[in-house]
Amino acid sequence: MAHSVRRDAPELPDFSLLKRLARDQLIYLLEQLPGRKDLFIEADLMSPLDRIANVTTLKQHDVDKLYKVEHKPIFYACENLLEEQGIFGDVTTDEWSFYLLPLDDDIISLELPEFFRDYFLEGDQRWVRTAGSALHLLHSVYGPFSKVYGIGRCSKMAYESWREQVEEGEQRARQAEIGNVFLIDRDVDLVTPLCSQVVYEGLVDDIFRIKCGCVEFCPDVTSSDKSIKVMLNSQDKVFNEIRNEHFSQVFGFLSQKARNLQTAYDKRSGMNIKQMKTFVSEELKGLKQEHRLLSLHIGASESMMKKKTKQDFQELLKTEHSLLEGFEIRECISYIEEHINRQVSMVESMRLLCLLSLTENGLLPKDYRSLKAQFLQSYGIEHLLTFSNLKQLGLLVEQQPGETLTVMESRVGKLVNDKTAGKLTDAFSSLAKKSNFRALGRRLNLVPKSDEEYDLRVPRDMAYIFSGAYIPLSCKLIEQVLERDGWTGLEEVTRMLNGHEFAVTAGSNGSDARVKTDSQRIILVMFLGGCTFSEISALRFLGREKGIKFIVVTTAITNSARLLESMLDNHA
Amino acid sequence: MAFITANWNPLGEAFYRKIELYEMGWSLRDGLKECLVAAAPYGGPIALLRQPQRPSSSARPQLEIYSSSGANMASFPWKSGPVRQLGWTVCDDLLCIQEDGTVLIYDLFGAFKRHFSMGNEVVQNQVLEAKVFHSPYGTGVAIVTGASRFTLATNIDDLKLRRLPEVPGLQGAPSCWVVLTQDRQTKVLLANGVDLYILDNTSCTPVVRQTQTTYSLLCLIILALSPLTVCVFQTPPGLSPQACSIVNMAVSFSYKYLALFTDSGHLWMGSANLKDKLSEVDTKVRTPPKQMVWCRRPKSQQPSVVIMWDRLLLVAGECTDTIQYTLDEESVCVAELDGVRIIGGSRHELLQEVPSACQDIFKIASMAPGALLLEAHKEYEKSSQKADEYLREIKEQSVLGEAVRQCVEAAGYEHEPETQKTLLRAASFGKCFLSNYPPEPFVSMCRDLKVLNSVREYTVGIPLTHTQYKQMTVQVLIDRLVYRKLYPLAIEICRYLKTPEYQGVSRVLKHWACCKVQQKEEPDESIAHAVSVKLGEAAGISYSEIAARAYECGRTELAIKLLEFEPRSGEQVPLLLKMKRSQLALSKAIESGDTDLVYTVVTYLKNEMNRGDFFMTLRNQPVALSLYRQFCKHQEQDTLKDLFNQDDDHQELGNFYVKASYKEKKLEARLSLLQSAVDEYNKAKNEFAAKATEEEMKLLRFQRRLDEEKGEALLGLSLQETLHALLTSNFHKQAEQLYRDFRVPDKRYWWLKLTALAEKDDWEEMEKFAKSKKSPIGYLPFVEVCVKQHNKYEAKKYVSKVTPEQKVKAHLAIGDLEGAAEAAIERRSEGEISTVLSRCSPTTDRALLERLNRARSTAAKK
Repeated sequence: MAHSVRRDAPELPDFSLLKRLARDQLIYLLEQLPGRKDLFIEADLMSPLDRIANVTTLKQHDVDKLYKVEHKPIFYACENLLEEQGIFGDVTTDEWSFYLLPLDDDIISLELPEFFRDYFLEGDQRWVRTAGSALHLLHSVYGPFSKVYGIGRCSKMAYESWREQVEEGEQRARQAEIGNVFLIDRDVDLVTPLCSQVVYEGLVDDIFRIKCGCVEFCPDVTSSDKSIKVMLNSQDKVFNEIRNEHFSQVFGFLSQKARNLQTAYDKRSGMNIKQMKTFVSEELKGLKQEHRLLSLHIGASESMMKKKTKQDFQELLKTEHSLLEGFEIRECISYIEEHINRQVSMVESMRLLCLLSLTENGLLPKDYRSLKAQFLQSYGIEHLLTFSNLKQLGLLVEQQPGETLTVMESRVGKLVNDKTAGKLTDAFSSLAKKSNFRALGRRLNLVPKSDEEYDLRVPRDMAYIFSGAYIPLSCKLIEQVLERDGWTGLEEVTRMLNGHEFAVTAGSNGSDARVKTDSQRIILVMFLGGCTFSEISALRFLGREKGIKFIVVTTAITNSARLLESMLDNHA
Repeated sequence: MAFITANWNPLGEAFYRKIELYEMGWSLRDGLKECLVAAAPYGGPIALLRQPQRPSSSARPQLEIYSSSGANMASFPWKSGPVRQLGWTVCDDLLCIQEDGTVLIYDLFGAFKRHFSMGNEVVQNQVLEAKVFHSPYGTGVAIVTGASRFTLATNIDDLKLRRLPEVPGLQGAPSCWVVLTQDRQTKVLLANGVDLYILDNTSCTPVVRQTQTTYSLLCLIILALSPLTVCVFQTPPGLSPQACSIVNMAVSFSYKYLALFTDSGHLWMGSANLKDKLSEVDTKVRTPPKQMVWCRRPKSQQPSVVIMWDRLLLVAGECTDTIQYTLDEESVCVAELDGVRIIGGSRHELLQEVPSACQDIFKIASMAPGALLLEAHKEYEKSSQKADEYLREIKEQSVLGEAVRQCVEAAGYEHEPETQKTLLRAASFGKCFLSNYPPEPFVSMCRDLKVLNSVREYTVGIPLTHTQYKQMTVQVLIDRLVYRKLYPLAIEICRYLKTPEYQGVSRVLKHWACCKVQQKEEPDESIAHAVSVKLGEAAGISYSEIAARAYECGRTELAIKLLEFEPRSGEQVPLLLKMKRSQLALSKAIESGDTDLVYTVVTYLKNEMNRGDFFMTLRNQPVALSLYRQFCKHQEQDTLKDLFNQDDDHQELGNFYVKASYKEKKLEARLSLLQSAVDEYNKAKNEFAAKATEEEMKLLRFQRRLDEEKGEALLGLSLQETLHALLTSNFHKQAEQLYRDFRVPDKRYWWLKLTALAEKDDWEEMEKFAKSKKSPIGYLPFVEVCVKQHNKYEAKKYVSKVTPEQKVKAHLAIGDLEGAAEAAIERRSEGEISTVLSRCSPTTDRALLERLNRARSTAAKK
């Protein structure tokens, strides 16, 4: 609403090109088989396919029937499997290298929700090359990139895979549309995706689950007897204006919008026939469309309000904020305990446990055991395996004996001023691989002082996406690195984040100075392991402040529930 | 120039022309007499096998391969079995189909490549007839055996033999047959005297003639009785009933059209699906033809077929007239995309419909724009003012653009360079008077013709037409030149057309290198050197392919040397595997970062090595190990266990058993798996997990007992769910027992019991419970639970027991504003007063509002 938009922000490149590329390749493959054919497709791929080529397109290329294949164990080394089944000889395989699905003007997804678990938990690197190829495709269409920054092991490997592909392929000199690239591993910042989302788009995702840029609003929202599928992107003018807003601001905005709409409708009363004619032909359709969208979003907001303004949610948020700030930890633990005992929600309980562990550098052995035991009693013994997974990933760990670092740290932090505390923390942090959240928070000012009132109407920093309680670490890192043009001065931070940072100048050959600077202000951020809508909102905010545009490329859109569900071992 | 129409013959609206391509360079004593001949389309090579005069003759026949111009490329005595048929593949390989069903494959230069068989059945029954055909899947072979059975292979590079169903009543070979490719299916259409059949993978369908309604009705009934036959009736429409036996048939280049020749001398032309008739012509020749082929071109004016007898060549189209040529020597017809080539002992000719652009320009007294432009240019060259007159006439009709286009197009269709030049000059002349005529068509036509003329050259001998060239693409032409080892010409063409290095020069050089490594007399060192020097600077060379070729020729050392030049590690892997350098292959695959490749190597190693060595190898390669583990997780659970066992990873083994226990339906088996898990967890010193698993076993046993005794269905529930189920079913004693045995925290137990009682509306028991001892969760939950069940009356009972801090909340929960206000004011808490205030309505609770506001201001002062 009242954002000071810098006028000189560059235009975003046109990503519909990627869709066209994917579609053309699919059609090419279909045409390889002359004549009529049926298409069998895995259920998970239906939505992405629909974004690329709809049924009419498929029909035009002689696809007769579409069959959905329900989820089966993923085919590794397909050919071997087919061979074992003895049908290899009857099958011809082609690869449709469909890497990138543009979800919106500034969001591109690889649609690989399994990436997070496969790479970070199972250590399976098969998607790394896919990420590299995706980057390669973007580079060859919108590059050449001049600078690449990154942090995390996977980022580094993806970067290397991309470089290799660049060297193998043909090189063409062209005008760059995207100047800089930032690669980041999801496990660099696991706190942010585990926080409750309170920005409109994130909240819609948390509650209704957005799938491939499309949400299904239940009858409760549509105030009719059927669900409606709605595309959520910048084409939806109403949504575009509220998607990045803190939820508390959305209602006010929507009612203002409703009033404006009414005024626009009311104009009719004083019109003569000619004016009425132009009104009907030019404005009415737009107004009606807006009206429809507006009532949908109001419905959605109401439904969310019902859920989220309840006492429980407020208390949940309070606990989260306490965890982020590091205050009243004991109270938080009893809250979590009660949460588990009352079986409020398995995933939510787990989320709070993980947040506690991440912010406190692990749980005290006593707490760890008792909370785990209670969790198992509540939600079943099978979560023994889930805990084993969470531990392996570092999401939920036990403090090793003699490592009561946090307690000491926080005491020290309260006693001495920030500067010395930082140094002390550095000394400690080299001890083990830990989340170091507190120390990072202090170093990067992630948690604003809580005594000041935070005006959500006029956000002053990215913390607004979490009601002013926390600036997402991932986005803060991006801001810092872009500001410093590298990692200089962030040595302690990267050490705490377990390193693997890099900044490479690839060398650009743009001659036109103006265009060059324009592309320099378009920054592609690639999240390996998924990113949340809140993070995207934060980056959009940062972009507006700095007069730059961010393009988010992610292996998938994630949120706390998706992330934790991927940690479960489905034994069914 | 004036005689350009001298060889044109009219047929209906269209003209046909026969032009000489080459005077053959071969010297054959008896021409093509008694020869098996196969000539590849697109101006491909010609193979000849002279059949011995007497079958018993001991003299070996000679197999000879020539270019289209008759230049000898290979010649060797045939030492294998009797050959039934020769044919060419799409990549210019020669197929020799023997009587015993063996198919031998030779390259252009007569080098043996490989062989395959058309099935065991054939060895006894012998091949009677065979055909080689082309489809989008590649080159196929079809045979009919002495037992009258057909066998098909759609793609010889991916051999799958399909034996077609029996044809009722067929003895020996059918009168004639063709292979059709329709809807991704390959079928055989055959005639046995009067009857026509369509044979596909599953059925043999008789084709019924439309005019005989009664007959087809009868057929319907018969077919309805035999479920094996698929009842799809197709008929060649309009084929006269009295037209008796079909003695020859031909299918067009594109498989779209079909021609049938009957013994009454009638020719029927129609679509290959037998649905439409194009025309029917009475040729008045009753002898069965030697050969019949379609003669069409893209955008043909009429469908036409060329029929050949011993001394006669006949072109039949839509009209009743035909064109007849006398043949003075034994010849063979080759169907092309845009005409028919006729190869004889001394001449090689092309017969085609005259393209309309050429007709417009050269037809006598034509006033088409192109014709006028050509005339104008002629006058211009003579420096005659008439040039201006003609030009003006074209310009007045504003068809100069059209005129130029026609001349450019016609140039493409002309074979004589002189005619091409004349037309292009005229076009160029016309272009001068146009301001914005796009140059591309003219320029690219000049380029194309230069390329075409150079390959039509006698020494190269590829008589491609422009239409064929456009269809086959430059890439394929380059390939063909490369197969003929015409490397310099290929490179020159690539450079001339500015083909990107990848598709052009680099590819040619790669082929050259592949050929070079086969030169057995040269030592490894010098070949490797020569290859690297020549290929050094070319972009995108795949050294691994060259190395693979060297390995195929048995030169492993050379292959390894060449592989070192390969910059992409991934490309080295397949060959390394083939050469049994599997360890190296594994590290190269990992280096490439391509996980598919790693999988390939891992699966290979798994089959190649014994298990112990395999695991050891993986242990040294963590990337491969984790990939393999992933694979096992989904496909081979048992191997996964072995892997963990080898690594003494007890934690993972424990997890493995726990996971396995869920899949187990039987309780005993489940318990024993869990016991194994406990043992492993103990070994892993994970006491927590061991204990949790033991408790699960305890719980399972408890649940089973209760299920047996009380008929509950508790098995598999979590502890909490079990407790809840027990409490709601009034098994308080058993619940107590569980609560004690499993040391359930008091708070949890209270919550559980409280909710269970409320859900049952058991208020009496709840009150007893509340009084049993001091509640560890306080009494606010009692209030809330009652309210949730809509029982305010019961809720009120507990409000008084709530701690002072929660009083306000409790009062609000039951909707008692007064009480809440009372409590808030008593506690003098500003925040709580505000909470109550926000719930008051300004109309009904005015007095209360005032009191609260007063209290708030005093509280604020403090």
